[in-house]
Amino acid sequence: MSEQVNKIVDKGLDQGVINLTQERIEKAINQVLNKEAGARLKSYVETCVHCGMCSEACHVYLSKDKDPIYSPAGKVKRTLSEMIQKKGKVSPEFIREASIIASTECNLCKRCAMYCPFGIDVAYLLLLVRRICHLCGVTPLYIQDTAHSHSVTMNQMWVKDDEWIDTLQWQEEEAQAEIPNLRIPLEKEGADIMYSVIGPEPKFQAHLIYYMSVIMKAAGIDWTMPATPGWDNSDMAMYTGDNEIMGRVKRMHFDTAARLKVNRIIMGECGHAFRSVHDMGNRWLGYKLPPIPVIHAIEFYHELLSSGKIKIKDQYDKKVTLHDPCNVIRGRGLGELSRKVVNTLCSNFVEMTPNREHNYCCNAGGGVINTGPPFKNKRVLSNRIKAEQMAATGADVVISPCHNCHSGLEDIVHHYKLNMEVKFIGEIIYNHMEKPTA
Amino acid sequence: MNELYQLLTGPMLWLTFFVFTFGTLYKLLSILVLTIQKEPFIMSVFSFKYGMRSILSWMTPFKPVSMKKHPVLSSVIYVFHICLFIAPLFLMAHITLLDESWGLVWPSLSDSLIDYLTLIVLACCLFYFIRRLTQKEVNYLTSQSDYILLAIVALPFFTGLMAYHQWFAYGFFLNLHILSGEIMLMAIPFTRLSHMIISPLTRAYMGSEFGEIRHAKDW
Ligand code: SF4
Ligand code: SF4
Repeated sequence: MSEQVNKIVDKGLDQGVINLTQERIEKAINQVLNKEAGARLKSYVETCVHCGMCSEACHVYLSKDKDPIYSPAGKVKRTLSEMIQKKGKVSPEFIREASIIASTECNLCKRCAMYCPFGIDVAYLLLLVRRICHLCGVTPLYIQDTAHSHSVTMNQMWVKDDEWIDTLQWQEEEAQAEIPNLRIPLEKEGADIMYSVIGPEPKFQAHLIYYMSVIMKAAGIDWTMPATPGWDNSDMAMYTGDNEIMGRVKRMHFDTAARLKVNRIIMGECGHAFRSVHDMGNRWLGYKLPPIPVIHAIEFYHELLSSGKIKIKDQYDKKVTLHDPCNVIRGRGLGELSRKVVNTLCSNFVEMTPNREHNYCCNAGGGVINTGPPFKNKRVLSNRIKAEQMAATGADVVISPCHNCHSGLEDIVHHYKLNMEVKFIGEIIYNHMEKPTA
Repeated sequence: MNELYQLLTGPMLWLTFFVFTFGTLYKLLSILVLTIQKEPFIMSVFSFKYGMRSILSWMTPFKPVSMKKHPVLSSVIYVFHICLFIAPLFLMAHITLLDESWGLVWPSLSDSLIDYLTLIVLACCLFYFIRRLTQKEVNYLTSQSDYILLAIVALPFFTGLMAYHQWFAYGFFLNLHILSGEIMLMAIPFTRLSHMIISPLTRAYMGSEFGEIRHAKDW
């Protein structure tokens, strides 16, 4: 395996290794394992009985013909255990390999925590490995670039401040062609809701903001978007192990909502962004839960549909199936709500199995898709099981209420020639709702 | 031989109880201190309700999906752990010893039943051993220490069986039985056998994360 992986050229890793000294490695490992980590690391490492029961949980292991090196505990053995055993005296090449394992062979999906009888959280352990690699300066280039973007611009995609406002106004004008008095309210202090999106939306999928503005208008919501940095709820620094930047980005997001004096933040259909406000970024800042309620789109749509604020004029009748994104289903239990929403919108829904908490990850999450083209092929090949799971439904459409999943599933559909469309819930609502004319 | 017996059932036994008790306390305390020092958020997440929900779900046979995926292993794990505790704790000979030294008594099970339980424990150990050798994903994770631990657990039962039936050298097996039992007890806090102490905590923590924060099931 290592031969094959070593062939992958990635400037972030290759240059990082050249710059790396033994001293820096030991310092980084010591910093993370002895100074930063604590009870969880100790208990997990000392308790794991090497039983292998977690293997069945991992889509990478299952897709790679059950090769034991890809089992959750196998990946810990190849990275963290070795670092602990050798007391940090590992080579720069080893760090490169560890970075590849932690950043591209595990999606931090936490499915394995549900399969280990002790609840050992391998995702957490591999995140520690990413943190060590980050301190060593050995992180895949593409995802490192997004973390740099976060630190410079407070958004993931190097979107400039004026481009952001420009994009919103552009979408507002587009939408006004349909509903003349529609607005995308900017900087409206005291609005009920601040709507936030991930960096890639204004960059590549601005029409999703348009759809949401129509939904907000139809439902009569008092909402706003910020015109300043802090509008982006995504957080790739969380996945590179750059906790300091993760914290800054989250603080900016929460502070922006506080400045606008809104009651709650609604976020678009994104999973990792939800994890960053509900699990990781908030905790780094010392909050058990976000300081301002953050509602994921699934929950918001459910609210609008069940209260009748949005009415569906005709149900979508293609055969659809639903993907359960780890971060909002296993991470927030929105599985029942997403089903209610989909059943309201669609007349022909079939489950994929396993589902809800037990769903297979899309293999794009956890920042894996953000490691970019050098690892794309490997990523798609390591999720054959997802392709089989989707194909077995015989559906024409797979609904995926998460950006990362969406892109990951599209790659899988394409590679395994599944002949399926991948859709967001918002798209279907927009196309099948009763729209206001003015 | 007799001197050795005196040593093993005298000072060594005290040492064993000392090491086991204080080792266990030390282990728990160090986890607690680390939690308070470095990950205090764990305290805020911890929930008795969801912790118990998780532990009980994982104790219910075949409730967790993971168990359904490993029916044979799960059954063996169940039976093994039950016999592992019952056999030594309800053996007449052990209870008599405790009665003699500390005046502690509780009902015992018949010797022949304990005999079967012991055989079951050994059969389970053999199963684990073969599984480690033959199952690819387990073999990959296995290191020497896993075999040593298995031996540490199996030995007191094997020697107990030999001594009880007085097969071969009774005195030798009796002493070895006591010694290996003591080694096992002392090993618990300092090896992966400590899952006996720590796993309820890790399970309860994951259960709390899933119940309290994630609003999802963890089984
Ligand atoms: S967190 Fe998910 S991807 Fe990572 S090892 Fe566990 S099951 Fe596999
Ligand atoms: S992580 Fe859990 S399931 Fe996996 S080998 Fe260790 S103890 Fe077994």
